[in-house]
Amino acid sequence: MTDSTPHGSHTPADGPAVGQDEWVARHGEHQLLRGGRLGSAEARLRLVPWWAWLILFLAVFSLLPVVESSGYVRRVAFDTVLYMLLALGLNIVVGWGGLLDLGYVALYGVGAYTYAFVASGQFGVHLPTLLAVLVTVVVGAFVGFLLGLPSRRLTGDYLAIVTLFFLQLFQTLMTNADNVFGHDLTGGPNGILNVDPFHLFGHDLAVQHQGVFAVSYFYVALAVFAVVFVALRFVNFSRTGRAWRSLREDPLAAEAMGMPVNRLKLLSFSFGAAVAALTGSLFAALNASVFPLTFYFILLIVIYTMVILGGSGSQAGVVLGALIVGPLLELLRDPGKARILFYAALVGGVLFAFRRSRTTAIVSVGTIVFGFVMHVLASAHSASWVAGEKAGGAAGAVAHWVVVPAHLASWIPPTTYIGLLTLALLLTLIDRRVRLVLLVPTLYLAAFVWENVMLASPETMRYIVLGVILIGLMILRPNGLLGERRVEII
Amino acid sequence: MDTFIQLTIDGLTLGSVYALIALGYTLVYGVLKLLNFAHGDVFMVGSFIGFGVLQLLGGTSNPIVPIWALIVLITLAAIVGCSVLGVAIERFAYRPLRDAPRIAPLISALGVSFFLENSMQLLFGAQPRNYDTFSLANGALYLRGIDIGQVRLPLLRIITIVVAFVMMFLLWFLVTRTRSGKAMRATSFDREAAAMMGINIDRVIVFTFVLGSALAGVAGVMFGLRVPTNVTIGFVAGLKGFTAAVIGGIGSIPGAMAGGLILGFAESYTQGYVSTKWSDLFVFLILIAFMIFRPQGLFGRADIRKV
Repeated sequence: MTDSTPHGSHTPADGPAVGQDEWVARHGEHQLLRGGRLGSAEARLRLVPWWAWLILFLAVFSLLPVVESSGYVRRVAFDTVLYMLLALGLNIVVGWGGLLDLGYVALYGVGAYTYAFVASGQFGVHLPTLLAVLVTVVVGAFVGFLLGLPSRRLTGDYLAIVTLFFLQLFQTLMTNADNVFGHDLTGGPNGILNVDPFHLFGHDLAVQHQGVFAVSYFYVALAVFAVVFVALRFVNFSRTGRAWRSLREDPLAAEAMGMPVNRLKLLSFSFGAAVAALTGSLFAALNASVFPLTFYFILLIVIYTMVILGGSGSQAGVVLGALIVGPLLELLRDPGKARILFYAALVGGVLFAFRRSRTTAIVSVGTIVFGFVMHVLASAHSASWVAGEKAGGAAGAVAHWVVVPAHLASWIPPTTYIGLLTLALLLTLIDRRVRLVLLVPTLYLAAFVWENVMLASPETMRYIVLGVILIGLMILRPNGLLGERRVEII
Repeated sequence: MDTFIQLTIDGLTLGSVYALIALGYTLVYGVLKLLNFAHGDVFMVGSFIGFGVLQLLGGTSNPIVPIWALIVLITLAAIVGCSVLGVAIERFAYRPLRDAPRIAPLISALGVSFFLENSMQLLFGAQPRNYDTFSLANGALYLRGIDIGQVRLPLLRIITIVVAFVMMFLLWFLVTRTRSGKAMRATSFDREAAAMMGINIDRVIVFTFVLGSALAGVAGVMFGLRVPTNVTIGFVAGLKGFTAAVIGGIGSIPGAMAGGLILGFAESYTQGYVSTKWSDLFVFLILIAFMIFRPQGLFGRADIRKV
C-alpha cells in the first residue's frame, strides 16, 4: 500500500496542483525521481492504485490463518488487526489534526467498557450485537468530544497533560467504581466478566474451535479494518480532511482562512474516539471480559510507537507500523527469537552506518576477535565465568563468544547497563577515529548486557526497546517510514 | 480540630514535595517551552539513588555516620545523580529536536519517560524499596517533634518541609540575584534576543536542567524518607507536579511553590474528609477549572500570541 500523495504523478511541466506551493511540489518531484533501476521500480509501484494495494494486502493477510493453524499465531494476527485499527484512529488526531492526544487509550477503554455494559450480565442488559456496537461507537465519539473540549483553548503541551490526566482518571474511575454508594458499576480491579460474544447471522461467534483460536473473530476484525480504512481514506480527501491538515500545519493561518478551527478539533477527537471505541467493542467481545489495567500507559506508548514508526499522517504508514511493532513485541517475548533479532539489528546497524566499506570489515572482525579474546580470558580466570546456561542452536554458538557467567553478581547488571548507555551516547559525540576504536568494545558490551541482563526479563526488555525506538525515531527520522516529509516554509 | 491540624501537616509535607517537582517543570518550560515528561521519572531515579546510597552507608538500622550526615549525604548523592541524568536527557533526547515541530520533543520525552521507568525495573525490579526511617535511632524521627495542640509534628516532616523551603529559597536567590539567573530569565523571555546579546544559550539550558533535576532528586529523597518508593511513582508524581506548575502559572517560580502547596492541601483534605479513592478526581477537577477559567495560572502572565 502506498499513500499516493495528491501531487504524486504530474510532471514539473504541469506546474503544481491547485493549492500547492511550487517549491514544495518541486521538492516532492526531486524526491520522487530517484535515478537507476530502483527509481524506475519505485515510480512504477506508485502507479498501482491504492485500492489494489489494499485488496492485495487483505487477501494475503486473510490467507494467514489458512496457512498457519497454530492458535497462537492466529491470536497474534487478530491482535495485530486491533493494533492497526487503533493506529488508524490515533492517526486521525495526531497525524491529521496535529493534536497530541495522550488519553487515546482511555477511549479504547471507554469502548470496551461500554460494550461490556450493554452486552453482559453486569446490568442484565443484552443488546443485539449490531445495536451494542452502534451504542459503543456513539458513546465513544461523545466521550472523545468531551475530551476534545479543552483543546479549544489549549494547545500542545497543555492539551497533552490534560488528556494524560484523563487517562489516569479513567483508571481511577474504573478501578474504584465497584462501590459507588453501594452499587457495583465496573467490577473494580476484577473487571467485568462474561461479556457477550458477537452474535452475527444467527450464530454466536466462537472464540475457540476445538481448543484452537477460531478464525471468525479474525475475519470480522479484518472486515471492520477494511471498512474503516476505506472510510477514513475518503474522509482524508474530503473537505474536512484537507481542513484538518491545514489545521495541523498552522492553526493560526487556518483560522485566518475562515476555517472553524474549534469544530475541526472536536471533530478529529470524535472520529479518533469512535474508531478506538469500535476497536474496544471487538476487544471486549473476543476476550469476554474487560479489566482496567489493560488500558494504560504501556498500551499508549505501543500505539504511539506504531504511528510514529509508520509515519504519522499516512494511513498506509500507520498500518505498516502496527504490522511491524505488534509482531515484534511478540517475537521479543521468546528469548531465542529475540536473540536473532538483536544480532540482526546489530549487524544491520553497522552495515547501515558504514555501508560496504573497509570500516565495516574492520569493525566486524575486530568485534568477533575481541569477543573470543574476552571469552578465553574469562574462562582462564575461572570456569564459572563462562558456565552460563547454554542452549542449543544459535544460543549455543553465541555462548562461545559472549561471556555468560553462571552466577551474576548483583552489581554487574546496573554497572554494565549504565556503562553501555554512557558509552553508546558518548560515541555520538567524539572524534571519528576514537569512535572507531571504542565501537568494538561497545558492541561487545552490548552483546554482554543483552545476554546477561536484558534477556533475563524479556517483558521489561520489550518496553525498553520500544522506548529506544521512539526516541531514536524522533531524532533520526521523525516522519517515520512512509510519512510525508514536512517542508518548512518561512 | 485535631484532624484538621493533622491534615494540614500532611498537606504541607505532600505539597512541599509537589512544589519541588513543579519547580523543575516550570524552570524547563520557562526556558525551552518544553513539557519535560521525563521529569517525574528523574524524581523516581532520585529516590532510588537515595536508597542505594543509604544501603552503602549501612542502612538505617546500623548507619556508619550520624543521622544528620546520613540525610545530607543521600540528598547530595541524589542531587548529583539526577543532575547528570537531567543533562544527559537534555543533550541526547531534546537538543537534537530543538528546532523540530513542537510535537517532536514531546513524543521524545514520552519515550524517555518510558525508557527510564522500564530500565529501572529491569535493573532493580518492581518491588517497593523502603528506606525504613523508623529504625533510625529508635524512631527518633517519628517520636520526637513539636506538639501543636494534641497533634505532634514529627521531626521527619519538619525536615521535609524545611529542606523544601530552603531549596526554594536557594533557587529563588539563584534565579533573581545571580548572573546565571539573569541569563536564564533573559533566555526565557526571548531566546533569540538573548543569544544575540551574547548569552550562551546551550549553557543556560544545561544549567536549567541541572537545577530542575537537582530539585527532583531532593524531592525523590524526601518522598522516599516517608513512604516506600518503587519504579512506577514517576508517572503520577509527574502529572501532579505539572498540575501544580500549571495552577501556579507555568514559568513562575513562586507560582510553582504555591501550586504545589495548593495541590498538597487539596489532596490531603479530600483524603481526610471525603474519600482516599477520589482525590485524583478532585485534583483533575482543579486542573480543568484552572485550564478553563485562568489558563495563565495564579502568578503567570497571559500569553499574547504574536503573528
